[in-house]
Amino acid sequence: MGDDKKKEIRPLKELSAYCRRYLPAILVSLLLGGAGAVFSVVGPDRIADMVNVIEQGLTGSMDLRRIGQIGVFLAMLYGLGGVFGYGQQYILTTVTQRMSKRLRTEIAEKINRMPLRYFDANSFGDILSRLTNDVDTIGQMLGSGIGTLVSSATLLIGALVMMFVTNGVLALSAIGASVIGFVLMIVIARTSQKYFLAQQQTLGEINGYIEEMFSGQQIIRAYNGEAPAQENFDEINRSLYDSAWKSRFLSGMMMPVIGLVGNLGYMVVCVLGAVMAAKGTIPFGVIISFTMYIRLFTQPLSQIAQVLTSLQPAIAASTRVFEFLGEEELEDESNKTKYLSSVLGNVEFLHVRFGYRPERTIIHDFSVAVKAGQTVAIVGHTGAGKTTIVNLLMRFYETDGGQIRIDGIPIREMKRENVRRLFCMVLQDTWIFEGTLRENLVYCKEGVTDAQLDAVCQAVGLTHYVKTLPGGYDTRLSERSSLSAGQRQLITIARAMIADAPLLILDEATSSVDTKTELLVQRAMSTLMEGRTSFVIAHRLSTIRNADLILVMQNGDIVESGSHRELLARKGIYAELYNSQFEKGA
Amino acid sequence: MPEYMSGITLLVQTPGSEIDEILQNGGYMLLCALGSMAASIATGYFAAKVAASLAQKLRSRMFCKVMGFYNEELGHFSTASLITRSTNDITQVQMLVAMGLQIITKTPIMMVWGITKIIRKQWQWSLTVAAAVLMISLVILLVAILVLPRFKIIQALTDDLNRVARENLTGIRVIRAYNAEKFQQGKFEQVNASLTDTNLFANRVTALLMPIMTLVTSGISLAIYWIGAYLLDGAGAGGMERLDIFSDMVVFSQYAMQVIMAFAMMTVLFVMLPRVMVSVHRINEVLDTEVKIKSGTQDGRTTERTTGRATERTASVEFRHVSFRYPGAGEDVLHDISFTVHAGETVAFIGATGSGKSTLANLLPRYYDVTEGEILIDGIRVSDYEIHTLREKIGYVSQKAVLFSGSVASNVAMGKRDATEEEVGRALSVSQSEEFVSRMAGGVSGEIAQGGVNVSGGQRQRLSIARAVCKNPEIYIFDDSFSALDYKTDRLLRQELERCAKDATKLIVAQRIGTIRHADNIIVLADGKIAGMGTHAGLLESCLIYQEIARSQMSEEELHHG
Repeated sequence: MGDDKKKEIRPLKELSAYCRRYLPAILVSLLLGGAGAVFSVVGPDRIADMVNVIEQGLTGSMDLRRIGQIGVFLAMLYGLGGVFGYGQQYILTTVTQRMSKRLRTEIAEKINRMPLRYFDANSFGDILSRLTNDVDTIGQMLGSGIGTLVSSATLLIGALVMMFVTNGVLALSAIGASVIGFVLMIVIARTSQKYFLAQQQTLGEINGYIEEMFSGQQIIRAYNGEAPAQENFDEINRSLYDSAWKSRFLSGMMMPVIGLVGNLGYMVVCVLGAVMAAKGTIPFGVIISFTMYIRLFTQPLSQIAQVLTSLQPAIAASTRVFEFLGEEELEDESNKTKYLSSVLGNVEFLHVRFGYRPERTIIHDFSVAVKAGQTVAIVGHTGAGKTTIVNLLMRFYETDGGQIRIDGIPIREMKRENVRRLFCMVLQDTWIFEGTLRENLVYCKEGVTDAQLDAVCQAVGLTHYVKTLPGGYDTRLSERSSLSAGQRQLITIARAMIADAPLLILDEATSSVDTKTELLVQRAMSTLMEGRTSFVIAHRLSTIRNADLILVMQNGDIVESGSHRELLARKGIYAELYNSQFEKGA
Repeated sequence: MPEYMSGITLLVQTPGSEIDEILQNGGYMLLCALGSMAASIATGYFAAKVAASLAQKLRSRMFCKVMGFYNEELGHFSTASLITRSTNDITQVQMLVAMGLQIITKTPIMMVWGITKIIRKQWQWSLTVAAAVLMISLVILLVAILVLPRFKIIQALTDDLNRVARENLTGIRVIRAYNAEKFQQGKFEQVNASLTDTNLFANRVTALLMPIMTLVTSGISLAIYWIGAYLLDGAGAGGMERLDIFSDMVVFSQYAMQVIMAFAMMTVLFVMLPRVMVSVHRINEVLDTEVKIKSGTQDGRTTERTTGRATERTASVEFRHVSFRYPGAGEDVLHDISFTVHAGETVAFIGATGSGKSTLANLLPRYYDVTEGEILIDGIRVSDYEIHTLREKIGYVSQKAVLFSGSVASNVAMGKRDATEEEVGRALSVSQSEEFVSRMAGGVSGEIAQGGVNVSGGQRQRLSIARAVCKNPEIYIFDDSFSALDYKTDRLLRQELERCAKDATKLIVAQRIGTIRHADNIIVLADGKIAGMGTHAGLLESCLIYQEIARSQMSEEELHHG
């Protein structure tokens, strides 16, 4: 139980810590809410006065002047209460929205600070669900929650005080009825919390599944896999349905229970009050004001219940959001002072050891020294660890052992940003984002002129393509615009050329480009590679024939190294690889 | 409840009434309270069930619908938008229905009941209540007019937000490589800010509702007593009449409160309604999308013919004057393509980037329908085949290898659910995946992460080829599926494939001459037209474009190697 409690409280704590910067605004709104609540409490007292005056008038003449006075006073009170109420709401919605915005921003920023490892193990859909669904849920709770909670509490206390002041016996009996309600409320909240968490989790799960299925839809259809996919989906959907209705129902029970408590109180007051009034112990006005107090007393109770209801999905949601925000981050590097602005380009791998998962080392002991300006080609069978070398070089992943040095400085002692600034890179996976062609090419580099763009497009053979676009460089490209894989690759190559960094990485950069285009690209590349230390990974051995150094990898280690000629002469793995592209008499 | 209160009021005001009677009335009140709770819980139960099952059905239909979409429909929405629509939007609807059902079943009864109770009392009071109701209605209307369009924008912005965030995730390596985190964050912030601003406005306006409701509720009871005082004053000093009005007044204020409260609950509903309407609209947009490509009725399973040997799984393919252009595009991507592939033959397509090779491969499984001309399999138009039958025949391997979370086996056996262990094993061995799969933790039942990110690009490709092999189709389509493989693997794989799927018809889109040089027929595409057709040797003689491609890949000496 104690653990459960902690689990419930922790996200709340984090959430409230999160609210701290909005504290002044929240305080003001609470003050306003409190004041509004005080007005509401004072109201019935005045009404009771009014009723008593009227009752006195029942038998004699009506004191209309006095009634008028009370009426005007009350009208002003209510009016002011309304203004305060809106003031409170206004501030709170503002705070809530700003906070949701900040949460979203932080999640987005967090994505950038997380090691790639995390994304290997978690689905994008689930992360996106945290960003939209969960933040939304928190926002909705906060928007109505905080304000209601405080004004309700004020109202509750105020009503209590006024009730005791008016009549102690009635107050006690009314409270007695309410205590039962409170106990029930807590029991319900506890049970439904479980289902809410389940619901939020299943929601994330279903989001992930939908994301995966929708993006692979074409393949699923090709293999007539719709039916099993639908089956799987229905299964998750069913468990979502289950937790959804259970949580909804249980939390929905809160309101009727509170209603019962209210009615009980109402009844007790009516009966008891009537008996007392019949005995002449209390004036009738007391009953009137008491019935109003009971409303004032149960109304906040039911509102608190409502907040608790909305609090539960919100707790579940904030658990997920803060869980994400609390994930392990990349090491903080603000204290790293080693900085390389211009490099010669000597790159050294010293006894590098690495595995994507700690229990499975895939690079065992990798050492190589590359001199400035050299072109290094890495070849090997698929899965030999070629891309991993790049991942380490760019510090997408950190080595488990050994060192990588650029110009003698271990890259771990530099900031990641600095390391990456030294490289321009073209990856196997082409990535085009929604935006204009210009944005896709220039990306985050500043001050690129059209002339530069023209030159680069000329170099990679995009000029014709650009000319056929209706808006030239300013044509919008989107996720599904009909770009062929080759065109995508050309764009990413052009992007790398514009970035113009001192070191170059080409990871299968030309695998989707036809050989004719490749020739063009290669010409451009060789200009690009001039004077730059370059790392080239390619299957097409024609691409790497001219490399200064060829590293042949197998199972994560270098098994051969040397120039094309040397390696061919050795008649080892490289020779076998190279010759396999020309199937002799096959 | 207030009725009994009225009884009590009368009793209290009538001197000499018995305490027993008061208690009796109290008992009725208790019963009422319990009954009301039971009824509320029951409605809550049904509301929750109905809402959740509605959401479940909607999600299921939505999923089914989207899975039935073709590329054209998919292009119309975006994946991100489809995801928000099938989760966030449906959740909104579910919430409204759950709350709505509870309110709808309760409030009208409360309202009507309350109104019938008070309508016969003093008209001045009724008028006050009517005025209050009118005022609230006006406010709601005003808020709705102001807010409704904003909610539409909010949902669209949520889509945008999702899109940018997705972009950040899918491009994470590139973003980091270019130190573009700040740039991307800037893009995100832009959407985030406009989403927040729109939200702020909409919520600030909506926030008006509750204080106004409170104001009106409080005001109404004040007004009733105030007016009551004047009524009493006007009623003259007659004791009984005054007493009646007084008791009426007390009861009236209770019922009026009830009417207004009921109205307030409806207001909550109205506050939620606009946003939900937008969601409903977005869901319907998807559900109402007419899928353009219609499945045919031909059940072509009978084509499994018996020739010389036992049953042979093979089929012929014919393109007759096929032209294709993307919907809305001005120019043909493919123009007047005609060729025939006899059963069991291998045909290869080669050409420059953007020459239409992949589009051509996409037409056969009907990802798109031809704009002009027709495509025949075994003499039957592809559009006449029942779509599942058509796809049963085809083993399609896409340019970008797609794997799904699950195990190696579940990915490979996707096209053939009942595949035996041996069949899976055979497919893995043909696709040259045996070795790395055996090294994976768990082997064939080893875990594959979403998108296959835990295996390398080449391994992904080989598994997706295994998937096609396992299906044992009549026609293979390889859409540039060998590009991520090194030459040696490429060659071994093709040899194995040739051996085990000898009778199957194969269409290969490729860029490497080495991959296709042994094809029965090579078709060279340029700008969507056929620029040459023939064997490797023939094309080397006759086709200029082919010569260029060949020369760029091999030296003169290598060209004549074999």
